[in-house]
Amino acid sequence: MQYLIAFLVGGAICALAQFIFDTAKCSSAHVLVGLVCLGAVLNGLGLYEPFQEFAGAGALVPVLGFGSSITTGMISEVKRLGWEGLFTGAFEITGLGLAAAVVFSSLLALISKPHR
Amino acid sequence: MGKRTGTRTLTFSRGPRITSRYTLVGPWEGKGPYALDFHEILPDDSLGQKTAEKTERLMLEKAISKVLEQHGTSIHDVHFLIAGDLLNQITTSSLAASTHAVPFIGIYGACSTFAEALGLGAVLLEGEFAQQVLIGTASHYQTAERQFRYPIELNVQHLRTNQVTVTGAAAAILSFAERGPRITHATFGTVVDMGLKDPHDMGSAMAPAAFRTIKEHLADTGRTLEDYDLILTGDLGKQGSKMLRLLMEREQIKGLERLQDGGSQIFGPHQPVGAGGSGAACVAVMTLGYVLNRLEAAQVKRVLIVATGALLSALTVLQGESIPCIAHAIALEQ
Amino acid sequence: MQPKEYQQLVQENLPPRPIVKNMLWAFFVGGIICAIGQVVLTIAQSFERTKNEAAAVTLAAMIFLGTILTALGVYDEIAEKAGAGAAVPITGFANTVTSAAMDFRREGLLLGMGAKMFVIAGPVIVYGILAGFIVALIKSLVLGLF
Repeated sequence: MQYLIAFLVGGAICALAQFIFDTAKCSSAHVLVGLVCLGAVLNGLGLYEPFQEFAGAGALVPVLGFGSSITTGMISEVKRLGWEGLFTGAFEITGLGLAAAVVFSSLLALISKPHR
Repeated sequence: MGKRTGTRTLTFSRGPRITSRYTLVGPWEGKGPYALDFHEILPDDSLGQKTAEKTERLMLEKAISKVLEQHGTSIHDVHFLIAGDLLNQITTSSLAASTHAVPFIGIYGACSTFAEALGLGAVLLEGEFAQQVLIGTASHYQTAERQFRYPIELNVQHLRTNQVTVTGAAAAILSFAERGPRITHATFGTVVDMGLKDPHDMGSAMAPAAFRTIKEHLADTGRTLEDYDLILTGDLGKQGSKMLRLLMEREQIKGLERLQDGGSQIFGPHQPVGAGGSGAACVAVMTLGYVLNRLEAAQVKRVLIVATGALLSALTVLQGESIPCIAHAIALEQ
Repeated sequence: MQPKEYQQLVQENLPPRPIVKNMLWAFFVGGIICAIGQVVLTIAQSFERTKNEAAAVTLAAMIFLGTILTALGVYDEIAEKAGAGAAVPITGFANTVTSAAMDFRREGLLLGMGAKMFVIAGPVIVYGILAGFIVALIKSLVLGLF
């Protein structure tokens, strides 16, 4: 059941993004930046974390989840450290993913070539 | 001695000709409908080189060597090499030229480069400043993607107006030898900017330039489209060709059925290429392959090549500039 | 013809985008990727101590998936059909990093790959942090966390 919800929610978010991309005729980069910021805002409003509870990966995996995770990290670090938390918290959750992206991409770039 | 005809056209009465030619294309183009018109289809798009830029240069060098061989002449008897390509500082052409000791005139006209070279070469011959001129150009899908667009493996959903850069190279020798079609006229275009800014639809941006150059050429020479058996635009693609037709229909210009487009035709309907091919090599291989074969076989007698170019850069797009375009027309007659 | 007139003509003659078809593909592919993510998340939750750690591991695994598919040369082909269904999930983010790394490697490991790895993904990171910062700042002030 959880898998179905993740599928439906994740799919819906992507379909909405596609709609914006095709009708507003903005670039893919604009849509993605918009979504990541929206994720941060929804998190701040207290909406994204319960949404993530409900939809699981359907809310975590889309780039909205990235923005939300950054905000969650910042707030939890602020609670722990004070204002420094605004900076240390940015990569608390997302750090693993970023480092992973660098490491994996570097490794694979060394062994594979772009093809047509 | 040739003369100026009308406001913009040059007439070549001494009869410079395209006397030798060589075209090579990548494997993807080699699956297109005119594959048999090209001299060589490459087995892959890297030719064993480490970078696509090196491959593009190698393709141009090959085309130059082969055309010299075909003509039975050595580079020492060639008076000028006129070449250009799409890469920054036209490095493909410059580096290819560095392997031959010949005066090099590097030019840039984006995808109209080939016609620019044909015209300039004809001028040098007509003016008796040269007896033999070698012209060449090349382009490669991967090098153009990297410079103008995105990393090759990036997730991008292409639109119906996007075009695909042709991987290919072409070279020709212009001289007074008694073979090949004569270059009778050249109409160099002015830069036309209709304020369009979408780099994913260059066809629409280039169509007005083609329109203007064709009109100027016809007005200067007193000809109509029907005086030509075939008018080949370089790479307007399906969208640009549609816009050109619309512009012509609005002025009730007749003979539109003679209009063809290199970019729209180089790939077949089963190949997913959006609006068609583009790139400096597109009009070059289609002219030296497809068109010249038909001229040689007497299927057509008089042809107008209208190569179009979009004079943008990756930077101008980011800075919100519109896309200025140009088109050069060359009349060939067998 | 005046530029404005021509621009109008171009707009009127643009080929229509297959919006519904694109949305369906985006829904389908995006949904599948998230479903795969859910499998990972469920497994991670049974191993990790906290929710955040499970989320972090899931993101990392999805990034790995995106990287592999990019290196195999299939991610861009999926994206051609799926559009946002490939761009929006975190696998799309991984694809931007890996494709840039693969492309710019030939300009050197330092000045090519190293310098340009985040050339496409940069905006998402920069604006994610900026947006998060503003939101977290406002929320912290509102909640009196300082």
